[in-house]
Amino acid sequence: MAEAAKSRAEAAPALPTWPDEIYRVLKDAGIRQVAMVPDAGHSRLIRSFEADPETRVVTLTTEEEGVAMLAGAWLGGERGVLLLQSSGVGNCINMLSLPVICHMPLLMIVTMRGDWGEFNPWQIPMGQGTRPSLEAMGVIVNKVDEPDLVASTVQGAANLAFNTWKPVAVLIGQRVLGAKNFKELARK
Amino acid sequence: MSNPNALLHRRDVVNELLRDRADLLVIAGLGAPNWDVSAAGDHRNNFPLWGAMGAASMIGLGLALAQPKRKVLVVTGDGEMLMNIGSLATIAVEAPKNLTIAVLDNERFGETGMQKTPTASGVDLAAIATACGIRTSRIVRTMAEVTELRDLAHDGRGTVFAQIKINPEALVFVMPPADGVILTTRFRQSVLGDEALYN
Repeated sequence: MAEAAKSRAEAAPALPTWPDEIYRVLKDAGIRQVAMVPDAGHSRLIRSFEADPETRVVTLTTEEEGVAMLAGAWLGGERGVLLLQSSGVGNCINMLSLPVICHMPLLMIVTMRGDWGEFNPWQIPMGQGTRPSLEAMGVIVNKVDEPDLVASTVQGAANLAFNTWKPVAVLIGQRVLGAKNFKELARK
Repeated sequence: MSNPNALLHRRDVVNELLRDRADLLVIAGLGAPNWDVSAAGDHRNNFPLWGAMGAASMIGLGLALAQPKRKVLVVTGDGEMLMNIGSLATIAVEAPKNLTIAVLDNERFGETGMQKTPTASGVDLAAIATACGIRTSRIVRTMAEVTELRDLAHDGRGTVFAQIKINPEALVFVMPPADGVILTTRFRQSVLGDEALYN
């Protein structure tokens, strides 16, 4: 049995476990509202939340809506998380004034583009601008490039956000997510 | 007999919307709607914005979802609503029963010199809200309709959107506290109790 399991594992690469781990971490942190603009890197986490009757998943038309929505959630006593791609960070900049000046917690989980292994040159400006723009607005940024460290990084960020009432962003790098290959996509 | 074509006065409108407000929770968009809500009486259950243009409607959504038993009224301006007009799609899909969005439409960017907004050229915010799927959506031109809107906001039987046509008058500023921490903490303490002061 163990041998059979081992050979199956060798035949197909195992699915990454970090999306399930951060779902648990976010549940343990008491997350009730999930605001998101979808990204492929978040798809598994989004499915977990959609299947969860305790969480409300709200699809946004632009990421800044989520910053405002989670401020409203906090005013009403609920905790939330904003799931977005790095390009969406640029849409949030002025809206970040709200959690910064009001000392509200904000937990953002950002899947990176324009990072390690990127094939699309148009992703580079915002990808490379993600950390400096967040930091310029007063958001605490933690980047993670190792799959094994994603869950603990999100857990630490959630504690920081909700215990110290600060906006905190976790950037999940393309080393974790895997970079698409332009030429392979074109052949398909 | 008042002129039926005369535009409504913004502070009359807001005073009527907040009449006998009970435990209504109020989000005010930046600029004149903030001063109007504050002129009706500074209140712990008000969250008036001094910035973050475009935030008002979505703060209302997050709050309405977090507090389904309370009624939430967003009072904002046409310029502020237009800055995040896509939020009407988001809100229509979520359809909280306890959320009313009242847009005071003077067809101007009032704080910056009364420049025209797109509503001055006929952009119909109520029709946008309807098209998004907010069924109770209307243009309001009379005080009788404002009273009806006030009752809808207090009843909480479905998401409501109203575009209230008002006079582009510039009135004296009546300001609430400007410190976001004070505004946040007193609102949370009022809604959630003293527990809100502790981690």
